[in-house]
Amino acid sequence: MSRLLDMEPMHLVFAALGGLVLLFIIAPLVGMVLATGGGDLAKTAADPAVTSSITLTLLTSMGATLVLAVASVPFAWLLARRTFPLKALVNGIIDVPIVIPHSAAGIALLGVIAPGTLVGGAAERLGIGFVGGPAGIMAAMAFVSVPFLVNAARDGFAAVPVRLEQTALALGASPLRVFVTISLPLAWRSILSGLILMWARGMSEFGAVLIVAYHPMITPVLIYERFGAFGLKYARPVSVIFIGVCLALFVILRLVAGEKRHARG
Amino acid sequence: MLAVEGLSKRLGDFSMHDVTFDVGSGEYFVLLGASGTGKTVLIETLTGIIPPDAGRVSLRGRDITRERVQRRSLGVVFQDQALFPHLSVRGNIAYGPSSRREGRMRTAKAVERLAGETGTLHLLDRRPKTLSGGEAQRVALARALAAGPDCLLLDEPLSSLDTGARGELRALLRRLNIGGATVVHVTHDYEEAVSLATKIGVMEGGTIVQIDTPERILMHPRSEFVARFVGIRNMYRGRLERGEGDTSRFIGRGIDLDVLTDAPPGPCIALVRSEDVTIGLEHGATSARNVIAGTVADVLPVRLGFEATIDAGVEIAAHLAGESVFRMGLRRGMRVYASIKASAVRVIQA
Repeated sequence: MSRLLDMEPMHLVFAALGGLVLLFIIAPLVGMVLATGGGDLAKTAADPAVTSSITLTLLTSMGATLVLAVASVPFAWLLARRTFPLKALVNGIIDVPIVIPHSAAGIALLGVIAPGTLVGGAAERLGIGFVGGPAGIMAAMAFVSVPFLVNAARDGFAAVPVRLEQTALALGASPLRVFVTISLPLAWRSILSGLILMWARGMSEFGAVLIVAYHPMITPVLIYERFGAFGLKYARPVSVIFIGVCLALFVILRLVAGEKRHARG
Repeated sequence: MLAVEGLSKRLGDFSMHDVTFDVGSGEYFVLLGASGTGKTVLIETLTGIIPPDAGRVSLRGRDITRERVQRRSLGVVFQDQALFPHLSVRGNIAYGPSSRREGRMRTAKAVERLAGETGTLHLLDRRPKTLSGGEAQRVALARALAAGPDCLLLDEPLSSLDTGARGELRALLRRLNIGGATVVHVTHDYEEAVSLATKIGVMEGGTIVQIDTPERILMHPRSEFVARFVGIRNMYRGRLERGEGDTSRFIGRGIDLDVLTDAPPGPCIALVRSEDVTIGLEHGATSARNVIAGTVADVLPVRLGFEATIDAGVEIAAHLAGESVFRMGLRRGMRVYASIKASAVRVIQA
């Protein structure tokens, strides 16, 4: 109490404003959990449509993250280390998916992955259907979430002292070996953070997936459908379970990442 | 071994230009210069980190000017050591050999041997962040040597160390050089330079203004910059022996001096500033312990006053005020006595 009284008046006002922001985030979530009965939760958790939807959401988002990581992580190193013409434009393009409406992103994606288009047609010949399938869901999730991975990885690589990479080269290591044995391990914390963020953002995607692949239903689409067809009472338990699964996974991932960091440090 | 010819590089306002020198096999070449004279730019250009605008670098007769960094066979130790923080000391030293796919057994043997040579055997399982500055620099040296370079490039390797660690590392560098390592070492510290170098190149304004042996650099600086930068003009190699009371006796080639020092007996270099040498026409005119008879070899005006060179079997430089020179009527061939106080002689272990 005495510490509160010792605070600058301005700091007190800022703390109060911060409290309001936190309340704004927490209140709806807590309200939703409190308004959902245990019976409803148990029944929903046993619903095969819900469990398969959550599994699909987790897996497609993870798949999108891993597939895009293969290209995004080396690309992020390039952005952190090299200067090249129009680099500022390239950095701007990376952030485009964050600022455009996601339903518009879905429409844009359809233009390249729908059957009959260049990419869509080629994929169909390989037996991969984007529209209305997991591949389409992954594409939509990846499109809107890849900036989080690229930006985090780029910042991570930029924080690795360039002297270490130069020293490794001078010791006779090839650039690829330097990337794998020096840059990647030292930037790993940021890359892991980017991977978690991308996975999380992919899982919560709705607009772009709705346009590209309404079916099979990922959980955000299922929640929307239950709300539209049956109302709030039926949408709420799915939302609570999905949020619970997401939060649990993120807490576990963060803990694992933190432990690895301590083990390494 | 390493030949550098007309190497130039412009970086913003700074320009390194027309740098030329040769380093022979087994030589210890020190590039001595103040901060901002281009020493680190030169090291980075030699390493291949920065491409030169002009000039040529060759190693063992092979032109490596445009060679990739990893193919140059130049071992580099930076001032900040740049140890890989996520690898153990063992992993750091093994990095070069394992990059060349030398095989586990050979790599392990090389690590043990170099850790033994550099006194880092007991550190092998430690992480770099737990090492002291001196330990980290030894590990960085072992790592650079493990890559089997033809020539070692050292960028201010002693400057971040305390006095004790500096002395130990200096001794290690000397041992490595005696063992055959060819070294290019950049520093701003003339003591470091004279104690290690077989040849010194003085850098000023982005180029090398003088290359010579340490003795000649100190005794015969080719420019005022060199003279002022190195400060000390009288340098003699010899041995330190225990003397009477609190003084020791320096036995050099052609000159013996009483020295006030707590340095241990052994090979050493004695340094005397020209300002600390007084000249008289009679013996015993001062209380100085060292009075050496000689003849005036030269008297030259310098920026402030005059510099007299006395031939006493060895050359002794003395910095004198103009009034003193005129009062004594100093001229070539004149018999004089150079006096040096025992406390004015600085001793560096060699």
